[in-house]
Amino acid sequence: MPQEHRLILKHIDQSGYTPDFDCYARHGGYEVLKRVLALTTRNGPDGKPKSPQEQIREEVVVSGLRGRGGAGFSCGMKWALVDRKSGKPIYLICNADESEPGTFKDRQIIYKDPHQLLEGMVISGYANDVHLAYIYIRGEFVEGAQILERAIAEAKSHGYLGTNILGSNYDLEIHVHRGAGAYICGEETGLIESIEGKRAYPRIKPPYFPAVLGLYMCPTIVNNVETLCAVKHVVEMGGTAYASLGTPNNTGTRIVCLSGHVVRPGYYEIEVGEATLRDLIYDPAFGGGLRPGRRLKAVIPGGVSSKVFKAGEKVRIRLKQPDGREGEREIDVLDLPYDFTTLIAAGSMSGSGAIIVLDDSADIVAVLANISEFFAHESCGQCTPCREGSLWMAKALRRMTRGEGRAEDAAYLMHIADNIPGGRTICAFGEACSWPVQSMVSKFKDEFVAKGKADQARQSKEAA
Amino acid sequence: MTPTHPPSGMARESASSFRHEVSGSSSTALGSPSTPPADAIVVTVNGQKVVVPRLMPDWTGKLAPTTMLQACAAAKVDVPFYCYHPRLPVAGNCRMCLVEYGTPVLGPDRHAVRGPDGELVINKSPRPAIACATPITSGMAIYTDTPGVKRMREGVLEFLLANHPLDCPICDKAGECRLQEYSVDYGESASRFVETKVHKPKQVDIGPRIVLDDERCILCTRCIRFTRDLVGDDALGIVNRGSYSTLTHYPGRPFDNNYSLNTVDLCPVGALTSKDFRFQMRVWFLKETKGVCTSCGTGCNILIGSRENRVLRYTPRDNGAVNGSWMCDTGRLNYKWIHRPDRIVKLGGSRLPAPAWPAALAAVASALRNAPPSSVAIVASARQTNEELYLLRKLAQRLGAVSDSVPRSGEPDRWLVSADRNPNSAGARLFGLAADPMGSNVPRFAQGIRTGSLKTLLVFGEDVTRCGLGADLLAKLETLIVSDVLPNPTTALAHHLLPGCAAVEKRGSFTNVHGRVQRVFAAIDPPGDARPEWEFLRDLVMALTGHAFPDTIEGLFNQMAGDVPALHGLEWAALGDAGLTVPMQSRTPDNEPR
Repeated sequence: MPQEHRLILKHIDQSGYTPDFDCYARHGGYEVLKRVLALTTRNGPDGKPKSPQEQIREEVVVSGLRGRGGAGFSCGMKWALVDRKSGKPIYLICNADESEPGTFKDRQIIYKDPHQLLEGMVISGYANDVHLAYIYIRGEFVEGAQILERAIAEAKSHGYLGTNILGSNYDLEIHVHRGAGAYICGEETGLIESIEGKRAYPRIKPPYFPAVLGLYMCPTIVNNVETLCAVKHVVEMGGTAYASLGTPNNTGTRIVCLSGHVVRPGYYEIEVGEATLRDLIYDPAFGGGLRPGRRLKAVIPGGVSSKVFKAGEKVRIRLKQPDGREGEREIDVLDLPYDFTTLIAAGSMSGSGAIIVLDDSADIVAVLANISEFFAHESCGQCTPCREGSLWMAKALRRMTRGEGRAEDAAYLMHIADNIPGGRTICAFGEACSWPVQSMVSKFKDEFVAKGKADQARQSKEAA
Repeated sequence: MTPTHPPSGMARESASSFRHEVSGSSSTALGSPSTPPADAIVVTVNGQKVVVPRLMPDWTGKLAPTTMLQACAAAKVDVPFYCYHPRLPVAGNCRMCLVEYGTPVLGPDRHAVRGPDGELVINKSPRPAIACATPITSGMAIYTDTPGVKRMREGVLEFLLANHPLDCPICDKAGECRLQEYSVDYGESASRFVETKVHKPKQVDIGPRIVLDDERCILCTRCIRFTRDLVGDDALGIVNRGSYSTLTHYPGRPFDNNYSLNTVDLCPVGALTSKDFRFQMRVWFLKETKGVCTSCGTGCNILIGSRENRVLRYTPRDNGAVNGSWMCDTGRLNYKWIHRPDRIVKLGGSRLPAPAWPAALAAVASALRNAPPSSVAIVASARQTNEELYLLRKLAQRLGAVSDSVPRSGEPDRWLVSADRNPNSAGARLFGLAADPMGSNVPRFAQGIRTGSLKTLLVFGEDVTRCGLGADLLAKLETLIVSDVLPNPTTALAHHLLPGCAAVEKRGSFTNVHGRVQRVFAAIDPPGDARPEWEFLRDLVMALTGHAFPDTIEGLFNQMAGDVPALHGLEWAALGDAGLTVPMQSRTPDNEPR
């Protein structure tokens, strides 16, 4: 039976564990940073000397750590893409704009163990020659911002942050930048614009890749809170040891946010890919099953922008067979291992790690209307398909929930949703707002059609 | 024949039709064959091979990696766009220029793989790209005619029209609206939209010259980028989010910089309309004639929009060597005087023998013929064309007359408005009519009249009573010959009054402060007796000198170019739409040490 494997959440929720410096230090805090700053240039296996920074970056590459924000991009690769020859400063930004509905993992770290994040940031900053870093925290985390400010002050007063950190000659300042409550500020280039004091309009790529032309047109690394914490553990354990956790290509641990119609909603840190969706929903160690008398209807596996899985849905994917060989087979979606690769192969994604469980009490039209309302509200409005499409879908669904549906609304919604994603928009919001519509309408088409027909029948009866 | 053009709308903004100043050379055509092959890239557009430079001018004119849009333009393949403009920073927000593309498959040796037919094997990208901002790479294949591209364009248009009011019948932009044009070219005929449209502010008075209709706005941000990044006035912006995004101006401050009306031209739809032009005329009724703005020495290239002998608007005409795609609001709106009711439309003066040109010119000729040498002075106007100034110079030489012009200056801005408010000071100097400094002879004229040595004065287009030759002095003259367009104290005292023309009523050329010689064409007919000055000056010079002069503007210009050393080598036809620059020896107010 899969169990939780707490690395990042190790101390969180332990009784007596507090977010202050002393408690963190008592629990071995900042020890990894001390080791990092004591690293010296060493010859690699190829005989070439490697600076401490290169050694850390290599460990991160070896660890196979993938970004925990939603896209699952390789952290080592992201760091490797940074333009280090431009002569411009390199900035590090911690993306703490946790806004994907269903996601509540970063806030646990920020509120309960802020020094772990700071240690991860100093290590990451040191590894990338960063001297100025930002924590972009969502506006609603008012208390979180205060906790971080306090933690930064503490770390500075103890010499773990600021100038000449622990006598190493390494300087790093971290600023907390509060957002004003916009989902799009979690998109890394929108976030950068926001720090620059502008509307959070995501930038076009090319040419504005953050690794080259990021904050203030300088090379910039944007990493999620959980990713930066994981960096600390990668360095602590060594890349190879970290990579032995989880499954190949889906290494380490990640925090899963379980919500919806389960008995035990909450956050669980698991080795990536070691638990299936079924484990996470039904295992007493995790969700503990549905409420009594309820049947599973659907699972949103990676935040509301991911494509929904319908209960009983089967997908054909290449998987490792019990005998160890890889082969294509048909599998129930609930038996998919919860990792990055498999869920993408199955047509959805693990995204930000937010699993939303829907039982048979949920009206799928109402669910989708709720989701679409969110995206219509949060679309920044910069590019055409997302700006107009997100509100159009929301209005159509609003109309359906008002009882004014039409039999053709399923096709109508699909038509709108099909014109938004696939690179038609500047950022991934286009996919985020259209994938739920595409997946829910196609997988629950009969419900949408039935609702539309019923509404029309009632209306014509009322008119008669 | 006057080259006139139908309102071509935004079609003139294609990426290729623009000419930029590249590294100092004047008007280098993009993609000219002189590009060395080492700096060239071969790409295919819809299967057709095209060689394009690796670097091409970006919106600032600096060389930057060539974009897909520029490559498509080189291949003469149209790609529709709203937010892109060759002279604005790229925004990439309208998504109308999405194209599909592929790149060559690389073999194990990192070299491109070729198929059995010898052609590159292309790996088609699963995602489209915006042509306006995506640089090309060697061997890239761009597709603009696939079903996928067609669907993307239809999708974008359907989205743009979903919340658009579709009030074309009452919209000023109708006829030159890109939303209309592309809907016809690339859109679908019916809309699926059955929801309630988003309502936004209408008839918003955002400044003294512009009205905003936010429901028509497609949020391309052209106007915002223009006024922020080119004018340096961060006056416009977007408030609210998503489909409720609303263009607005800085609260409590009117959008009133001197370049604001360019945003009306830039607006691809009818969101920003000119208070001056709105509801005046359907644009498809306009005749558009190429001209040059005469409000200052910059000589911004313009299109004169007219109908039935009435000028209704000026819009800037693209010229990378002079004004880019822009002009100032002052110059743009400075046309109303052309139709003032008190214009001089009749031959006049106290000694008019008969109300007909032959008689009037004969009387002037005879007065001049009898004038003793050095008793004649000419005040030429630096608002006249090169051809007119050339003929006046001939007249001055024949009569042994002293001449000068009247300087006109004002505050320059840092962009298009020149301190020299005459359109042709350079011409007045080039033909030796203006004194150095300009206007310094006029006090001598006053002295001459006072002492009686100056008996005959010719005045063209200037009210000399305002520059030291008061009515009392003019009354002392034996002969005062005046040609002008509008009445003033000088015309009131004329013995011979010859009605002249506005620049939009005649052909000719002007030389701007940087020595650029540019042509103008007649958009409308002169009113009443008024005649282009070059025509009657030519008659007069021929009558007095006995020499023949060409009776066409082409012939006159070409003779002048042969006659005047500074213009050697120029030909009327070769001036083209963009004009040509001649070396400037004389000082101009713009380069005069202060």
